[in-house]
Amino acid sequence: MNNTWSRFNIVSVVLGFAFLYLPILLLVIFSFNESKLVTVWAGFSTKWYVSLFHNQGLIDAAWVTIRVALLAASVATVLGTMAALALVRYTRFRGRLLFSGMVYAPLVMPEVITGLSLLLLFVAIGFDRGFWTVTLAHITFSMCFVTVVVQSRLLSFDRSIEEAAMDLGATPVRTFFQVTLPIIAPAVLSGWMLALTLSLDDLVIASFTSGPGATTLPMKIYSQVRLGVTPEINAACTILIGLVAIGVLVASILTKRRAVQQERDERAAFAAG
Amino acid sequence: MRNLGSALFSRLVIIVPYVWLLFFFLVPFFIVFRISLSTMAIAQPPYVPVFGFADGLSGFIGKLGELHFDNFLWLTEDALYINAYLSSLWIAGVSTILALLIGYPVAYGMAKAPRALRPTLLMLVILPFWTSFLIRVYAWIAILKPEGLLNQFLMGIGVINDPLIIINTNWALYIGIVYSYLPFMVLPIYSTLEKLDHSLIEAAQDLGAPPVSAFWKITFPLSVPGVVAGCMLVFIPAVGEFVIPDLLGGSQTLMIGKTLWNEFNANRDWPVSAAVATILLLILVVPIVFFQNAQAKAEEKGR
Repeated sequence: MNNTWSRFNIVSVVLGFAFLYLPILLLVIFSFNESKLVTVWAGFSTKWYVSLFHNQGLIDAAWVTIRVALLAASVATVLGTMAALALVRYTRFRGRLLFSGMVYAPLVMPEVITGLSLLLLFVAIGFDRGFWTVTLAHITFSMCFVTVVVQSRLLSFDRSIEEAAMDLGATPVRTFFQVTLPIIAPAVLSGWMLALTLSLDDLVIASFTSGPGATTLPMKIYSQVRLGVTPEINAACTILIGLVAIGVLVASILTKRRAVQQERDERAAFAAG
Repeated sequence: MRNLGSALFSRLVIIVPYVWLLFFFLVPFFIVFRISLSTMAIAQPPYVPVFGFADGLSGFIGKLGELHFDNFLWLTEDALYINAYLSSLWIAGVSTILALLIGYPVAYGMAKAPRALRPTLLMLVILPFWTSFLIRVYAWIAILKPEGLLNQFLMGIGVINDPLIIINTNWALYIGIVYSYLPFMVLPIYSTLEKLDHSLIEAAQDLGAPPVSAFWKITFPLSVPGVVAGCMLVFIPAVGEFVIPDLLGGSQTLMIGKTLWNEFNANRDWPVSAAVATILLLILVVPIVFFQNAQAKAEEKGR
């Protein structure tokens, strides 16, 4: 779709983006506020960042969160990629309808329901709540997001390359690891990153399924926010936003470089042929 | 040998995620349902199990007579719960409409932007989604408070004399939900608009249709799948939202996600919260199935 970019179009895009970014920008600005009040500017200061690094509770929670997220995202990526393969490659198997239902439902399921139901499962089977229950819960809800990301890549996949590999005698497993996986790797990687941020971010499901000694960073931030808005929380949030921004920037540069490289390779192959 | 390997590989790829989701997604719902039929007890866990796995089939049938629907009756008797359900549906509905009204022009503007600019715009819409949901809701507290930044600004430029009371009202919830879920509305609409065949609109304009009527007769109807997907992605999670009503809504607003949370964490009444969750799920089954059909259709098209 293309036509002239009218003034109305430009204004609506600019206003929409201002709405999306202004609150985050204000939050970042007030993390450098001298005053303890988050709404009155009293000069520039980095003291809240210093006090943040002396807050042992927050640092412990951050450490728990990172371990949960890394583990959960990695397992979710394996399971989610398998589910995507199952949905795209095998259009007919018993219970496929139920399967696709179970993959799509968690995408929109309210978190209170997912959290409560998983907690009751862990209680019913007598599994002590803590690090492992949060990790299992995060694997379950984030794997479905991985599936959707990988699935859309697999749908545009040229299967003749796989067939060629099989014709040349490669086993299905070998074909998958040496032909399919390298091609879908960017989608798998972005699925992993999505699962990672979902896990880092989750408050509700973690609150239900966590136990003593496994307080995650969002749970810690939430309990402090309930006591009142403080610049220290703003500082913690700013660091998180900065980390995410760097991660996304690096990922987009890498994919761009990769795309350029791929194009160059293809052109070289054409020239050689 | 190769056929055997192929069969094994395909089995594995299907069975492992299947069993995982059965155990961690589907089975828990049955447990929720089971506990919603039990009675509360001061114990650990705080409920009296209705039918255990040890009883076998005869025990199961024998105990069917002892089932308690008291928790569900309790929900219908207490106006608090009915009001919480209705108000959740209302708040989610209004927020979805507002998100559509804001999100559609943004998606439309993005789809009409110069081709070279589009990937950047797309990334800018996705980026807030990568920053913490909790942080984004938290950011609004400082803005919407009576002495907050919005009121300071509006009073500073002389639009209002007295601060607007927004926080702890439904308006704070609408703003919070629209803000948090806007990317979910913009993305599906943008992707349908972007793929739209522009020659159709040119044809309409060549035949004398003014731009506005060409939009309503051609562009909008063709973008309906994106609108439906966007509305479902906002509406369904918003109905059960907890963080937004808790942080921005205060005690004066009522949403079922918060009621469930309080019932569970403050009152420790597991059977009633399980019943609340069961009914919430039943309410959401229709839109969820609707969403899945749309999703499956999109998948078919992509094939």
